[in-house]
Amino acid sequence: MIVPRLALQSLRNRALTASLTVLAIAFSVMLLLGVEKVRTGARQSFADTISGTDLIVGARSGGIQLLLYSVFRIGNATNNITWKSLDDIAKQPEVAWVVPLSLGDSHHGFRVLGTIADYFKHYRYRHGQPITFAEGMPFDDLFDAVIGADVAEALGYKVGDPIIVAHGTGSISFVEHKDKPFRVSGVLEKTGTPVDRTIHVSIEAIEAIHVDWKQGIPMPGETVSAEVVRTMSLKPKAVTAALIGLKSKIATFKLQRMINEYREEPLSAIIPGLTLQELWQLVGTAETALSVVSAMVVATALLGMVTMILTTLNERRREMAILRSVGARPITILGLLATEAGLLTLAGVVLGAVLLYAALAVLQPYVDRAYGLHLSINPPTYREWITLGAIVLAGFLAGLLPALRAYRLSLADGMMVRT
Amino acid sequence: MAKHSHQNMGAATSFGGISGIVKMSGVRFRWPGPRSFSLAIDDFILAERERVLLTGPSGVGKSTFLSLLCGIITPQSGRIEVLGTDTAKLSNAARDHFRAEHFGIIFQMFNLLPYGSLIDNALLPLSFSTKRRKRAAENGSIEQEALRLLNSLGLETQDLHGMSTGNLSVGQQQRVAAARALIGRPEIIVADEPTSSLDRDRQDAFLDLLSAEAAEAGAAVIMVSHDEALGPHFDRVLRLEDVAVTARRVAA
Repeated sequence: MIVPRLALQSLRNRALTASLTVLAIAFSVMLLLGVEKVRTGARQSFADTISGTDLIVGARSGGIQLLLYSVFRIGNATNNITWKSLDDIAKQPEVAWVVPLSLGDSHHGFRVLGTIADYFKHYRYRHGQPITFAEGMPFDDLFDAVIGADVAEALGYKVGDPIIVAHGTGSISFVEHKDKPFRVSGVLEKTGTPVDRTIHVSIEAIEAIHVDWKQGIPMPGETVSAEVVRTMSLKPKAVTAALIGLKSKIATFKLQRMINEYREEPLSAIIPGLTLQELWQLVGTAETALSVVSAMVVATALLGMVTMILTTLNERRREMAILRSVGARPITILGLLATEAGLLTLAGVVLGAVLLYAALAVLQPYVDRAYGLHLSINPPTYREWITLGAIVLAGFLAGLLPALRAYRLSLADGMMVRT
Repeated sequence: MAKHSHQNMGAATSFGGISGIVKMSGVRFRWPGPRSFSLAIDDFILAERERVLLTGPSGVGKSTFLSLLCGIITPQSGRIEVLGTDTAKLSNAARDHFRAEHFGIIFQMFNLLPYGSLIDNALLPLSFSTKRRKRAAENGSIEQEALRLLNSLGLETQDLHGMSTGNLSVGQQQRVAAARALIGRPEIIVADEPTSSLDRDRQDAFLDLLSAEAAEAGAAVIMVSHDEALGPHFDRVLRLEDVAVTARRVAA
């Protein structure tokens, strides 16, 4: 029909203002979709912080707190769990593996995690991806340490460099385990998880550096040298938490209940995926705020478009009168302007989507490397299609505002062309 | 009777038995608003193929008269019969369509859509009237018909190609407007001061061409102007004050 063609020609006649308007809409759409992508990417990265682990066990506490200190290395455990309890759990027929975690020391603000070599086998992130070594290998010697990618980058460590572990978790500590230095045996690839900010040592090493300590302070005059400590039995009596893998996921709830009702010691067991979701709901308010802001940017862009059309309206009254004179109905003129707004918005939405995907394609590897945030390049989701459709509809409807004004003007002007 | 006030030129029209293609009777119209302007037409007839000049100073309601004639505005009472149809009784949509089918309209100036080529502008009415589209296509394509009209209205072929409407002189623009009014041979050509921005020589040339083409198309012409000197181009010259009674209600 003639109306879309006229709308198109009219737009071409005002190419500069029209393309600026399209660009404004495109950027706003890009922002909106981008925020959506980052949001889902962040949520996914977050949910993928730990996978392959069926239960996390710690001293009795809230699930989120246990998750925070065992996985995110945030905060501290209220209590330890005994090695005996861990042994009991490991003896359950459903349990495939148990990886103990021992926390409490740090190095330049990075947490030191005491664990076993199996940790590197069983700890999974992002769809079950295993941790891989960029350099070196898992700890072999008692005083070997494996450092995360962020630690290596921030402190400039390479395989073979020495590390002095400090007692406590502050970035400045006055009490150091100077007598028992560690050596970097491996550097891990970037994962985008707290693993990157962790120094991994063997659980025996944690015992070793505390062997001559009592009540959290070194015992004066009773120091045990690094050489002597190697000869001692370093079987830990207690650990902070443990990751548990099951032979079959069906047993998850049964074992969780069993651990929660364990009589010898008050324990808590959490299912990481569920607790991660709980935690995400806590921080999720921020993502809603982001979405609201980007929606408002889109609304602003549409408002700009309406303003643009309204300002051209006066000079176009003549155009309206001509169209009326050749038999165009006022409704045609209304349709013309609404179509124009619809076309502008559609062009903006398409351009915005194209720009976003182009930007994603370019930035994705960088963002993944720098922030450990994996932005997946997928076709728009159902929800995004709905959003885009709603924007085009909103643009069309917003166009009705100047269109109604033009309609009224063209009725009032009659055949007289007022300038 | 008022309508016989000026009768001149050879082709004098007799009204004895001929039924006009436009008949207005008892028309009363008032623009809305407190300082409104009203117009009353008791009796007006335009005969088939007749060329009428309607004169009067500006601001006396010439444009209102034409708007009523073309059905862009509707009277509060009275009959406006065009080709046997009382357009005042048509629905708004039907009246717009009726205008597309039977009227060719030329404005004072700024007649053209700034976008679109000369041909596009000339073809514009055909998008709204199938009858005129069919007639325009009788001797080939509608584009050929538009070119033919533009040529016979004195626009050279080289002017028509690669030229945006913005580069045309006012005289050339009015010729494109005339071609648009004439295309598809509507029965009535309505012109609102089409020559007021042209000098005398160009006015005469334009009106000669318009008259010739209207005659060839078999169309009646009604033109309003403040300039009575254009009279010799027409069959009949009427003063608006003889046709219509106008009043302006002044706000207290």
